[in-house]
Amino acid sequence: MSEPLAFSAASKRRIAELVSRYPRKHAALIPTLYIAQNEFGYLKPEVMELVAAELEIPLASVMATSTFYTMLHKKPVGKYHVQICGNVSCYLRGCDDLIATARQVLGIGLGETTPDGLFTLEEVQCLAACGSAPALQVNKDDHFDVTPQALRALLEQLRDDADAGQKTLSIDVRGGGHA
Amino acid sequence: MPEHRLLLRDHLGKDLTRLPEYVALGGFAAWKKAQSIGKEAVHAEVKAANLRGRGGAGFPAGVKWGFLPKDGRKRYLTVNADEGEPGTFKDRYFLEKDPYRMLEGILLTCWTLDIHTAYIYIRGEFWNAIEICDDAIAQMNKAGWLGKNIQGTGFDLDVYTHPGAGAYVCGEETALIESIEGKPGQPRLKPPFPANIGLFGMPTLVNNVETLACVPVILELGADGFNALGTPRNGGTKLMGISGHVKKPGLYEMKMGTTMRDCIYAPEFGGGILDDRELLAVIPGGSSCPFLTADQIDVPLDFDSLKAVGSMFGTAGIVVMHDGTDMLQVARRVASFYRHESCGQCTPCRQGTGWLYNIIKKMDEGLGEPAHIDLLLDACTGIEGNTICALGEAAAWPIRSIAQRFRPQLIEAMQRRAAAMQS
Repeated sequence: MSEPLAFSAASKRRIAELVSRYPRKHAALIPTLYIAQNEFGYLKPEVMELVAAELEIPLASVMATSTFYTMLHKKPVGKYHVQICGNVSCYLRGCDDLIATARQVLGIGLGETTPDGLFTLEEVQCLAACGSAPALQVNKDDHFDVTPQALRALLEQLRDDADAGQKTLSIDVRGGGHA
Repeated sequence: MPEHRLLLRDHLGKDLTRLPEYVALGGFAAWKKAQSIGKEAVHAEVKAANLRGRGGAGFPAGVKWGFLPKDGRKRYLTVNADEGEPGTFKDRYFLEKDPYRMLEGILLTCWTLDIHTAYIYIRGEFWNAIEICDDAIAQMNKAGWLGKNIQGTGFDLDVYTHPGAGAYVCGEETALIESIEGKPGQPRLKPPFPANIGLFGMPTLVNNVETLACVPVILELGADGFNALGTPRNGGTKLMGISGHVKKPGLYEMKMGTTMRDCIYAPEFGGGILDDRELLAVIPGGSSCPFLTADQIDVPLDFDSLKAVGSMFGTAGIVVMHDGTDMLQVARRVASFYRHESCGQCTPCRQGTGWLYNIIKKMDEGLGEPAHIDLLLDACTGIEGNTICALGEAAAWPIRSIAQRFRPQLIEAMQRRAAAMQS
């Protein structure tokens, strides 16, 4: 183990502002977990302990909430979190073709992350974009009326961007932030 | 019946995420009217307007407002922006494109009911919406429309967004309250109702985004004007999202009482069935509603008429399926959703949603037989009415309707799979 985990000064200020919105610190838990996730990549046990200490609530409460919600990540997520809606409206408009395309382009199955840490692929529940189905999200960005061709181009573009960019990407695994 | 636009204003080409643009289009006229008629008159107007809750249950909003006890305790408004009912994409419009309509509704509601803190609970996947609403709240604070002594009236109101984190059940009002408190979104046993013991143990009103966005409209038109747009006991216009096998999927606004047939076929709405095929099935208001068959689409769309044909208006998220649709796959998607979203608290729902999914999965994998359809109906009976919240019914009702109303399609789908396995 290196140094113990600590929030950045900016995160601490943000958490203090969040806490001021509620009569109980506990209520700031979900937004604080997003901040922690953004800063440390995912909610490993030490991160949950840090959040519990910051909000002065029991670790068990932090664990209960962290494990209940799907957007709170208990394991590392790729730099690009590709989430394809598989619900009824998207099914009727061809989401299965998108999932097949993503699996083929990325070479991974649903719920898996590419070995280089760049992509995590998931089928998710309704994204509330049914009129623009099939829909998907990559991190914070919505993509509507997606065709398999468009998805292939998007994934290849993201991979090219990453190759051209920082070499450190493969170790900088994190999901979308929420500061 | 033509489209009737009061709420939906994206065709105007204005950037309504900017406060001056909202004001230029008559924003806060309702607030000024409220100041002149007084709090009791505002509440009376909302009640008389027959504003039915737009979150899905259709409970009269004015009546719900009246449930808050007048005992001097601090009160909260929590705004339900946890839009996650499959087939539904209407609140996203207000949150991303016209946030001040909702925020003026929040201001009017809180002023009328002496509430000084409101939280807008927005589903976590709506990253953009959260940023847009945070910015809109900041603009209103800066312009004196929120914060201390609003517009010199002495009224104080703080509004905050609060993110969800990917749990459909948090759209249930007591689960939403638990979630704002930082806990897992497990619904509370009622009573006590949130109006008495809600957020942080205090009296709490939970209203949907679209419901609140209707409040300024009611004050602008008057209760009579609002009622005139709808059907008896169903005032106003309604945002209607149509998706699936139609030529023009998207978000529209209609008068209450427009027929399902018009929504699907009229050129200003769905524009007809994709590839000019025949209609097979319709979900009228999100996937928790019993499915309708093609011969049921002359029903007028309001909360009472859909109930009369054995379904629900729900969120007016209409999903259209043509005659080429594999109903077994549709059933599998629906069952998979509720199994995934059950909070796990009540045994009939936690286990029952798993049963529904496993039976349908077996049918989908070519191992089904007609008796499985009856087993599905049995499992639905075991779930309905036996759970703390309505997620149990939401899981059982659509599956029951598919099993009852689309039995021939399910049997045919099973036969196809069995034949494919043998070849």
